[in-house]
Amino acid sequence: MGKRVAICAVAQVKNVPAYRQMRFQNMLLECFESIMEQTKVTFDLDKGIRNIVTCSDDVFDARTISNNGVTDVVGAHFRGEEKMAQESINGLGYAMASILSGHDDVILFMGHCKESQTESRRMCTNLAFDPFYCRPLGMDFQNVDALQARAYMEKSKVTDEHLATIVVRSRKNASRDPFARENRLVDEKEVMNSPMLADPIRQLHYYPVTDWAYGMLLCCEERVKEFTANPVWITGYGSCMDSYFIGDKDLASNFSLKNAAQRTFARAGIRDPRKDIQLFELCDHAAYQLPLWAEGIGIADESKGGAWIDEGGPDSYNVNLSGGQLNGNPLLLGGAARAIECFLQLRGEAGKRQVKGAKRALAHGTYGAAGQHQAVVIMEI
Amino acid sequence: MAHRKKNRNVGIIGIGQTKHSSHREDVNQPEMIHEAVSAALTDANLTMKDIDCIVHGNMELFEMVHQPDLWHTLGTGAYGKECIRITTGGTVGMTIACASDNLVASGLYDIVMAVGFEKLQEGHTTGGITNMADPLWFRNLQTGALTGSKAYELISEFGEERAKRASMMYRIIMDKHAGLNQYAHRSFGLEFEQLDDLIKSSPKLVGDLKLIEMCSQSDGACAVIFACEKKTKELSRHPVWIRDHITVHKEEVFQIFGYHKDYPVLQSHRFAADQLYKRNNIDKPLEYFDVFEMYDPASWWAVDWLRDFFQLRGDEHIMLVEEKEIMIDGKMPINPSGGVIGSNPIGATALIRVAEAALQIRGDAGKHQIPKPVKHALASGFGGTMWTVLMMLEKELNWQEADNGGILGNQR
Repeated sequence: MGKRVAICAVAQVKNVPAYRQMRFQNMLLECFESIMEQTKVTFDLDKGIRNIVTCSDDVFDARTISNNGVTDVVGAHFRGEEKMAQESINGLGYAMASILSGHDDVILFMGHCKESQTESRRMCTNLAFDPFYCRPLGMDFQNVDALQARAYMEKSKVTDEHLATIVVRSRKNASRDPFARENRLVDEKEVMNSPMLADPIRQLHYYPVTDWAYGMLLCCEERVKEFTANPVWITGYGSCMDSYFIGDKDLASNFSLKNAAQRTFARAGIRDPRKDIQLFELCDHAAYQLPLWAEGIGIADESKGGAWIDEGGPDSYNVNLSGGQLNGNPLLLGGAARAIECFLQLRGEAGKRQVKGAKRALAHGTYGAAGQHQAVVIMEI
Repeated sequence: MAHRKKNRNVGIIGIGQTKHSSHREDVNQPEMIHEAVSAALTDANLTMKDIDCIVHGNMELFEMVHQPDLWHTLGTGAYGKECIRITTGGTVGMTIACASDNLVASGLYDIVMAVGFEKLQEGHTTGGITNMADPLWFRNLQTGALTGSKAYELISEFGEERAKRASMMYRIIMDKHAGLNQYAHRSFGLEFEQLDDLIKSSPKLVGDLKLIEMCSQSDGACAVIFACEKKTKELSRHPVWIRDHITVHKEEVFQIFGYHKDYPVLQSHRFAADQLYKRNNIDKPLEYFDVFEMYDPASWWAVDWLRDFFQLRGDEHIMLVEEKEIMIDGKMPINPSGGVIGSNPIGATALIRVAEAALQIRGDAGKHQIPKPVKHALASGFGGTMWTVLMMLEKELNWQEADNGGILGNQR
């Protein structure tokens, strides 16, 4: 990749179980006003924001063309707006491409999801399956995740005890983040006694229903000083789609994540992620995914996820110091949440969970059953 | 031009679409998409190995499939590829074309395939569109995409007889165009002699919007392959170049169409056209463009929008229709394909505008090829609450020098 694209500012509302007092428009407006305040960016047709990338989902919003409801609060009245109708991290990749193309200098990237509005997120994700074979079987992301969890735990010697330590650590880490969902701290025993959702996934192994919204301002390298003195650069993005039918793929192979990571590393000039990247934020919406994705991006040895947990891999590689998606972000927005944590850490604004000396970070996002679609972004200072 | 100089040029090297129809019960969604993808690959003489990234788009609630790019991998060929999904409502087909242009121009990918589809038979289209409106304020008022307000405006401005005849004239012309297009969903074989009868006999939907004047709901898919300049020159004998594109949205309010001539509402189409032509130094769009593939959801809207898109005044747009200058052999051919009134698989509809405009530039439109050389084409998308996307396509990469000046307004 040639020129770099900067993230100039980020804004977010707190992750909560349900924003009953706010519609998603209000949640976005808070983020929008914060970005305006931080950067003093305008909507001038020559110099300001001409295009906004949003992220939301028609099914979770129960609204056809979900971006139609946010046009005004993201500033898109008589400006461009394009909705990333996929996991939010891809919106970051697309916004970066729009700037690298020369078509836009400045892009506002905003997203929202109120999972609390849905009757059941399993009903939503059941609709991601074809209506002929998989949907009538009752497949949804949770129970297909369980199939992947069983396959992966067998392959990499990950146990129920390992999953418990992942959950305990996630909640402890998240308690240091003022924007994280406020969850009760738990111990290993409580995790292992929590009810079984879909064997081997227990209730505390799975991310809780969460409402959240965010905003980011992206800008081309030439104009970054207009908006911030401390930019964080996006230097790589890549994605990969796996096949659809579960029987067509090895659920524990990390096929799509390995491809997405390798493509991203090549674009960002990374040879060895263990040496070249100091911070990792992985989209673990279920506990078993933390070591699985760690293997996929190459910071845990293949088939050694269990041992990696025993050896303190998550802490030695600074993985999910935010608590990760496991602590609670909307499923659709996990990648944006990861990227915002990387941004704050790289800028030295991560408060009690700040790591020292991190120059390069990796943010990851995934969507689909058993991680069918994977994407990775590299951020640097 | 856009904010800065385009990082690198982007060409269209492959085009494919299905036959559009009210019922494609012989195929499921991925199978139908596969038809368009295969046709585009064949057209470009490529295989899936050559494609770096797939850009997928439609509206989820028409078929009630959540993030359908996951299942559709079976038909798009995205397995092992990079894949993103971008949507914007009715404009989505145009948005994935713009996104593909951005993605290739960025240098991230050399070859990108945009795939738009809809299988409206599998859902309830008007219900789906109504579900777009705010559940607290507007949903109980909305009637899908059906509105009589544009008919009311035109009748107020130009008188009942002239306005109704212009709308029906446009409709008959589109029907004649659709009859020349083997992929079009509907063509009834309408004749100009039927004009007055149709005004009387076609059932009214809302106000003076009549059934015959409204677009269809179709099943269909379209795929277009975009490549960087180097690859385009290597792979394509007759490339079509993307010059520029613009997206303009409006907030969701119910006075969007404007109800009184003393209180005009700024129209996104006019605004988008003004901005796009200004930054590309085009003074006289009606002279500059050789063809316009317009997203025309109903003949009333189409007639009115000609004025916005070509920056016309007074009744110039009505006269274009009345004098049949929008016909395939006219001064400004509009929708030689038959347009959206002819075929409307919504998620593909706006991409079909780009595809059809590109086919005209290539000279590959078959029976509906314009009988004069096509160098400059315009395509539009419409969606949301009066959203506009415009894309300009060119035959020559060096479009400004390729023209002899004269009609081109870049001398200033």
